[in-house]
Amino acid sequence: MSDQKIYDTIIVGAGAAGLTAAIYSSRRAMKTLLVTQDIGGQAATTNEIENYPGVGLVTGPNLMNEFKQQAQQFGAKFALAEVTGIIKRLDDRGTPVFTVSTNTGQYITNSVILAYGLTHRHLDVPGEQEFGGKGVSYCATCDAPLFKGKPVAVVGGGNSGVDAALLLSKICPKVYLIHRRDQFNAEAVLVEQLKQPNIELVLNSEVQEIRGDSRLRSLVVREVGDATKTRELQVEGLFVEVGYVVNSKLIEGLVELDQRKQIKISFDGETSQPGIFAAGDITIISFKQIVISAGWGATAALKAYEYLQKVKGFRGVKIDWGLAQKPNPTTPLA
Amino acid sequence: MSEITLTDKTFEVEVLQSPVPVLVDFWAPWCGPCRLQGPIIEELARELDSSKAKVAKLNVDENPASAQQYGILSIPSLLVFRAGKVVEQFVGVQAKDKLQASLNKHVA
Repeated sequence: MSDQKIYDTIIVGAGAAGLTAAIYSSRRAMKTLLVTQDIGGQAATTNEIENYPGVGLVTGPNLMNEFKQQAQQFGAKFALAEVTGIIKRLDDRGTPVFTVSTNTGQYITNSVILAYGLTHRHLDVPGEQEFGGKGVSYCATCDAPLFKGKPVAVVGGGNSGVDAALLLSKICPKVYLIHRRDQFNAEAVLVEQLKQPNIELVLNSEVQEIRGDSRLRSLVVREVGDATKTRELQVEGLFVEVGYVVNSKLIEGLVELDQRKQIKISFDGETSQPGIFAAGDITIISFKQIVISAGWGATAALKAYEYLQKVKGFRGVKIDWGLAQKPNPTTPLA
Repeated sequence: MSEITLTDKTFEVEVLQSPVPVLVDFWAPWCGPCRLQGPIIEELARELDSSKAKVAKLNVDENPASAQQYGILSIPSLLVFRAGKVVEQFVGVQAKDKLQASLNKHVA
């Protein structure tokens, strides 16, 4: 399903950054399409959010649903698809035009905002793929209740790993928490809570293999640095919480990245490629927070608007600055 | 036509004895991604010719027996049933086109 319409901007990803970018771009009357595989990104899998200003305590899905409705209300369109490629060509006036290919069709746009965030890091051990959806889970808040009354394991020593272990300890008879080191990276206040009779810490250890039949039945863990010291844990679930990585397949060679494959951006959200902007966790920003990603999403959209004015003489509607405002003489509106 | 809301009690009649293929969305209110899948399922149900296939939702929180029976350990999980058997299974949020294509494949 392709359409021949030329979009003013295509936003890849619909987390806090992408959805905010869509709110801002559509309020500037930019024809906006969000191409995304999910709505709400990582924030939508967070149980409780207490630090988003102005809304008090809210669940992740509810907050992100508000973001989405706001974007839709201003005219942003959504396509649920996976972007498989972004190709740049120059039109007869030398202005970049981008073709965004997806698994369901192709779209043409004058600018792109990359905001698809980070993806779960996998363990890359035998059995991980085979038992995906059959005991291996990457979303503790989604799947934990399905393991009520069953022995489970969590791998990961950061906040999300410890969080998952604590959540599971309330409903499971036994929770193993597997971590590569002997100390946790999680906040001390969370680590303190791990002292529960049904939580067993498996430290200096890593998962070597995931075993089962039609579903996960056990894990083989080995000591870090001594592969001969292994132990089999009888569990029915494994929650993988070992952090996040950039999926860089799409953007390598297109925009400049740092060593961790995060997109380098200017203070205004520009990438190294004119016409391509980026926002949120996929960029080099240090703090991965909803409010920060939202701010960068707004920045990228406003910069994209300014860019379109310059290269295309784009004439949007300046809702946020008041309709009566006179055009800025340095950026002529053609 | 809109989607059918299943329970453990109605699963047998609505799904296993259905003369046409049935797509079942296993979901729960606490699951963020499920809330994205919900509207997609509803849209699919509205567009579908109900004489050829059916779309249904099952809340695993209220109906643990059916979820357990089909080994649902990640949600959303989407299962296509035909003649009482599971013929296709998806884990995680799925686009409408993909689900539509799967149902089309199993329509007799």
